[in-house]
Amino acid sequence: MRPAPTEAAQSGRAMRLAHHLYGLGPLVGLVVLCITGTLLNHDFATVDNLMNVLTRTSFIGIIAVGETFVIISGGIDLSVGSMAALIAGSMIWLMNGLSAGVGGHTFAPLAIIAIGIVLAFVLGGLFGWAHGLLITKGRIEPFIVTLGTLGIFRAVLTWLADGGALTLNNSLTDLYSPVYYASLLGVPVPIWVFLVVAAGGTLILNRTAFGRHVQAIGSNEQVARYAAIRVDTVKIITYVLLGICVGVATVLYVPRLGSATPTTGILWELEAIAAVVVGGTALKGGEGRVIGTVIGAILLSVIANILNLTSIISVYLNAAVQGAVIIVVAFLQRGRR
Amino acid sequence: MSLAVRFDDIRKDFGPVRVLHGVSFELAPGRIYGLLGENGAGKSTLMKILAGYEAATTGTLLIDGQAQQFASSREAEAAGIVLIHQEFNLAEHLTIAQNMYLGHEKRRGWLLDDAAMRAEATRYLAQVGLKKPPDTKVRALIVAEKQMVEIAKALSRHARLLIMDEPTATLTPSETERLFTLMTKLKDEGVTIIYISHKLDEVEHITDEVIVMRDGRFVARGATAGLARQQMANLMVGRDVSDMFPDKVAVAADAAVALKVEGLVVPVWVEHLSFEVRAGEVLGFAGLVGAGRTEAFEAILGLRRRSAGRIEIGGRVVDVKRPRDAMRHGLTYLSEDRKGKALHVDLNLQDNLTLMTLEHYAHPLLDLKAGRAALKQAVGDFGIRTGDLSSRARMLSGGNQQKLALAKFLQPEPNVIVLDEPTRGVDVGSKRDIYFLIHRLAAQGRAVIVISSELIELIGLCHRVAVMRAGRLQATLDLDHLTEEELIAHATGTH
Repeated sequence: MRPAPTEAAQSGRAMRLAHHLYGLGPLVGLVVLCITGTLLNHDFATVDNLMNVLTRTSFIGIIAVGETFVIISGGIDLSVGSMAALIAGSMIWLMNGLSAGVGGHTFAPLAIIAIGIVLAFVLGGLFGWAHGLLITKGRIEPFIVTLGTLGIFRAVLTWLADGGALTLNNSLTDLYSPVYYASLLGVPVPIWVFLVVAAGGTLILNRTAFGRHVQAIGSNEQVARYAAIRVDTVKIITYVLLGICVGVATVLYVPRLGSATPTTGILWELEAIAAVVVGGTALKGGEGRVIGTVIGAILLSVIANILNLTSIISVYLNAAVQGAVIIVVAFLQRGRR
Repeated sequence: MSLAVRFDDIRKDFGPVRVLHGVSFELAPGRIYGLLGENGAGKSTLMKILAGYEAATTGTLLIDGQAQQFASSREAEAAGIVLIHQEFNLAEHLTIAQNMYLGHEKRRGWLLDDAAMRAEATRYLAQVGLKKPPDTKVRALIVAEKQMVEIAKALSRHARLLIMDEPTATLTPSETERLFTLMTKLKDEGVTIIYISHKLDEVEHITDEVIVMRDGRFVARGATAGLARQQMANLMVGRDVSDMFPDKVAVAADAAVALKVEGLVVPVWVEHLSFEVRAGEVLGFAGLVGAGRTEAFEAILGLRRRSAGRIEIGGRVVDVKRPRDAMRHGLTYLSEDRKGKALHVDLNLQDNLTLMTLEHYAHPLLDLKAGRAALKQAVGDFGIRTGDLSSRARMLSGGNQQKLALAKFLQPEPNVIVLDEPTRGVDVGSKRDIYFLIHRLAAQGRAVIVISSELIELIGLCHRVAVMRAGRLQATLDLDHLTEEELIAHATGTH
């Protein structure tokens, strides 16, 4: 086509411009929300409140970063909330058991907590690996696999907790609680971890061969397969990464309440997936940005925070407002390709 | 039952870009017209205007002398004009009859009148010569049969003008022959047919008159009988293409065997295939669709299960379980399905080009500048025409996409490269570029395997051609025996 180069160039540039604007959408939304919050309540724009919001965001945010990889690769994981609950329960169960002593041996509290943390990472990684195997080698839809484990994980936790709560021994709580409550340079630890996970996620997604392969698989799995990419391996790794992210989030979460109950982490999967989608990642995969997910997660918890601080809309309607935001964002992103 | 069409100064702008610059010509009823032009010449846009999928920016479309502006393809259909797309518009899970009456269902009161639809469908199926019950699900049909269904569907809507866009691209020679018989029959019944194809031999064979477009303009028309194939090609390209193929350079007598396959068995598809190709050689693979050529190479790459077979690359027996193993041993395969298997059309050019060799750029972070440099190099080396290096692969024309795909699968520097239908849907100019590239690759000492359905291409390009039929190697023809007749005879089993 003779006129093609100019046409391609113009629409290419226009597309990239539109793309950038869409990329900025969540950020603009967040800024607007923050201004609204400030106008509505003077407590909103205080350092304390913002730190509080960000700390609460970090659990979902960290999980959502992992979920971003899974969704970009064309998959989904519905089980993250249940997985977090089961990991939390298992950690507490193991740490309590160790602190009671095993076969006459006693362990230093610090060692017990370290073992608990390692268990969280290992369990998260194992669960993710199992998901990945079932999805790739077992050739089952990710939706189905993780819907199944969503039920399994929570049921196992409920069984472990005998329907009640698993509560961390007091002797360990004091030592462990700084992981959630302490601050470094005035910034709470969970926010630092969130930052590190988000920065690491951005780097891995955009600047490593693995990240590029994830995008390629989500964009068109068949093409990726023909381009000599080990599709199954890459997919499995995305689920393992997500599992480890869930482990990290759980490690931060356990010291907050010191217990795990059958309602721990309930609906986290929805919040995590919502953060990813609000952040501009297409649910059908292929394209997405970790920074968008981070903004999406913050945006969702800012909404909850504003509802808490103001009385315009009942705080009980928090989930409804978040749901509306998700639908509006999806509406704005129609026909982006 | 006749329909005359006149385009009068049709212009079409897409945003600031004009793709049709005032096209005027007329079509008499009851003739078969070949509409020729390179990719992007504007023929598809013009046909979409005729069939109601696009509206002209300015200009008039006259049907039987009446100015018409179709608001939708449905309106065009009501006027008797139907465009049969390259990719069929059939719902795979519905039956033939359900598809034929989709959106035009016959009813009795509130209920569907299935009996009437089936009965009529049967009649139209007989008319196009498809011997299938109307209750057959479309997904159970082969491509050629789906095409017949599309034509039957058009007839059921009382089509008086059929536009067929590359209808034979995926047909075997015998299926093509069947289609041509049907087209002749429809013509005799007064239907006008506009036939768009890159295959000039078919245009020569079936059309009454040829219309050539270039760069959004009408260039020439003439009776097919009075135009040689060479003249058609020249008109399309706007320059002389007498030298489409480079001169063949003989393979060195002592050239090493680059790839040797023995006793390859692919369940259902291939039975005991053995062949070898030497460094610097261009080996063709001919055969009908379904002969097992693509499947054989997918199995060699580990994309498909093989139940037996020994593969030697560069003299060493290798165990290839997945494409990555093949790539490491110096073998890559460019699929015939450009948008489905060869390129990520939604990713940008650089991501596409470097995808197979990312480890060269990862230290461990990707060196994006080096990737950019590789893209610039490839754009120059392969003659990829793009106004914008950052655009998505989707924005390139078919020929340029194919060049990008070639560049991508050559990035790993393979010693053996398999090119499956490397010029399908590619304009004449790009075709020539690709032919010369293939010979450059051979001259560099690589072994090139070309799977193609275009016999002229195989004859013009290859040192030897292996002919497959129903999963078996029928013959391997060397330069002395490489003729269209021999190829067809072996491919169809009539030798």
